[in-house]
Amino acid sequence: MSGRPRRRARAYHLLLLVPLLVLWVPFYDRAEPALAGVPFFYWFQTAWIAVTVLLILIVYVLDRRTGSGP
Amino acid sequence: MTHALDRTAIAVFVALLAAVTLLGFVAARWKRGDLEKLHEWGLGGRRFGTVVSWFLLGGDLYTAYTFVAVPALMFGAGAAGFFAVPYVTLIWPILFVAFPRLWSVCHKRGYVTAADFVRGRFQNRILALAVALTGIVATMPYIALQLVGIEVVIAAFGLHLSANVAGLTIQLPLVIAFVILAAYDFTSGLRAPAMIAVVKDTLIYATVLAVIIIIPGELGGYGHIFASVAPAKLLLPAAPAGSLGASSAYATLALGSALALFLYPHSMTGILSSSGRNVVKRNAIAMPAYAFALGLIALMGFMAIASGVGSMPEYAAGFKAFGPNFVVPALLLHSFPPWLVGVAFAGIVIGALVPAAIMSIATANLFARNIYKEYFNPRCSDAQESRVAKIASLIVKAGGLVFIIGLPQTYAIVLQLLGGIWIIQTLPCVMLGLYTRWLHPRALLTGWLAGIATGTWMASTLSFKSATFVLHIAGLAVPCYAAVSSLALNLAVSVVLSAVFNVFAGTRRDETLAEDYL
Repeated sequence: MSGRPRRRARAYHLLLLVPLLVLWVPFYDRAEPALAGVPFFYWFQTAWIAVTVLLILIVYVLDRRTGSGP
Repeated sequence: MTHALDRTAIAVFVALLAAVTLLGFVAARWKRGDLEKLHEWGLGGRRFGTVVSWFLLGGDLYTAYTFVAVPALMFGAGAAGFFAVPYVTLIWPILFVAFPRLWSVCHKRGYVTAADFVRGRFQNRILALAVALTGIVATMPYIALQLVGIEVVIAAFGLHLSANVAGLTIQLPLVIAFVILAAYDFTSGLRAPAMIAVVKDTLIYATVLAVIIIIPGELGGYGHIFASVAPAKLLLPAAPAGSLGASSAYATLALGSALALFLYPHSMTGILSSSGRNVVKRNAIAMPAYAFALGLIALMGFMAIASGVGSMPEYAAGFKAFGPNFVVPALLLHSFPPWLVGVAFAGIVIGALVPAAIMSIATANLFARNIYKEYFNPRCSDAQESRVAKIASLIVKAGGLVFIIGLPQTYAIVLQLLGGIWIIQTLPCVMLGLYTRWLHPRALLTGWLAGIATGTWMASTLSFKSATFVLHIAGLAVPCYAAVSSLALNLAVSVVLSAVFNVFAGTRRDETLAEDYL
């Protein structure tokens, strides 16, 4: 009872990274480093979508191993 | 419009819309259920698996208005318009964490709407009514706005099919589109938009793919597209001294929009129609594909700047009539071969019909279940309840149509802006209610009222033109989306008053059990 839910909750904490970085605007409100002519502001935010998918996927897999949700 | 009416484009467009109409009626027989029951008509019998749900939610949340307005904002305001991307990034963790719980409890207890859940959890009829009314009022202008997308596209074709009735100019294609929509919704319920969403998203993805293949090539690559945007528009404007400037506005707009999204009745309907809680979770992983598409669609605003459509004489009339909202049609007409224009425009129109259908079904569910059954006819049969919902869905759509024909477009935009501020006030009882029953219903009701009043007041001080209200915190100016600051007040009131009321309150009833949420 004690170990499993706690591990599950820890996995869910990974998802807090998403708002943390997405909402820290001054971090990405810059033009450099540009990627193939695309300013950092644009490619970073778009790339963060892929990172979000990955994070949710990791939590989903860990979740399935330990039980059924928070 | 001065440009010629293109026969190929119109033929493709009409053929696609005819096919979709047929599909809407066939849908009644799909995953056959007794449409005389509200959860069958209004939730598709909670039978949609991962794939159908993916299309349905995508078709539901990424509306035609988004496709038209986001590039328009990028075209006009530059980087600030890109907040749509962090917004749609934030919604998936929220869906993944909180909403499987909502799915489970609604499935166990037979709830069809968020107001049903609040009624069951907090055993308070007034609070449930507040949630239902907020949902209905916030969604109606959203339905009306979908028509803007249709209007723009029809005008871009150069079609002039309007009639004058009592001094009002009525666009006939708009009326036809809405009559068809109303008819298949009435007969098929949620099954119709679910089936049509598959077509809609296929068309939209095809269009986006064509955009990224064709247009950057024509304009000399992405580097050149970004280089042609004025440097001041490329990033957020620098903050003046003593202010957080555009950063805090950008962040709170993304956060507030994301928190509000799944509280809207049409999102709720999309989630509850899934066949299982794992379907909701899997969709939270698969849905961000739409976020990528939206990022690319947003960039169409910059592509339009680079292509110079804004100053071409053939599009001048369109820009004059619709302002920046004409950016997408103008860019597509300028860069695509006619048949592809037909495909893309059909995608936008169907992209308006799908969410409009789901929104009207969702508000109809709220009316039938939480107002009609709760207050007017508690002992109504399933068939009566379902019948009331069908009729309500007609009235809601007619209301949207009258709204857009009879009032200036800016009214719908202002009301939709306010709708976001209002709907987020249901967060404490709906989203926090999924985790705790500690909050007292009367405290929640007071918080809801305080949030709505403050949020509306903030927007009124901005003449309803913007929702970014500047807060002054310890000498620092913090521009903040009014939905976020009013929600903070709502939460504070709800928590403080709950602490007080709970001291005096005896045991409160709650028909849901802890295991219902798992």
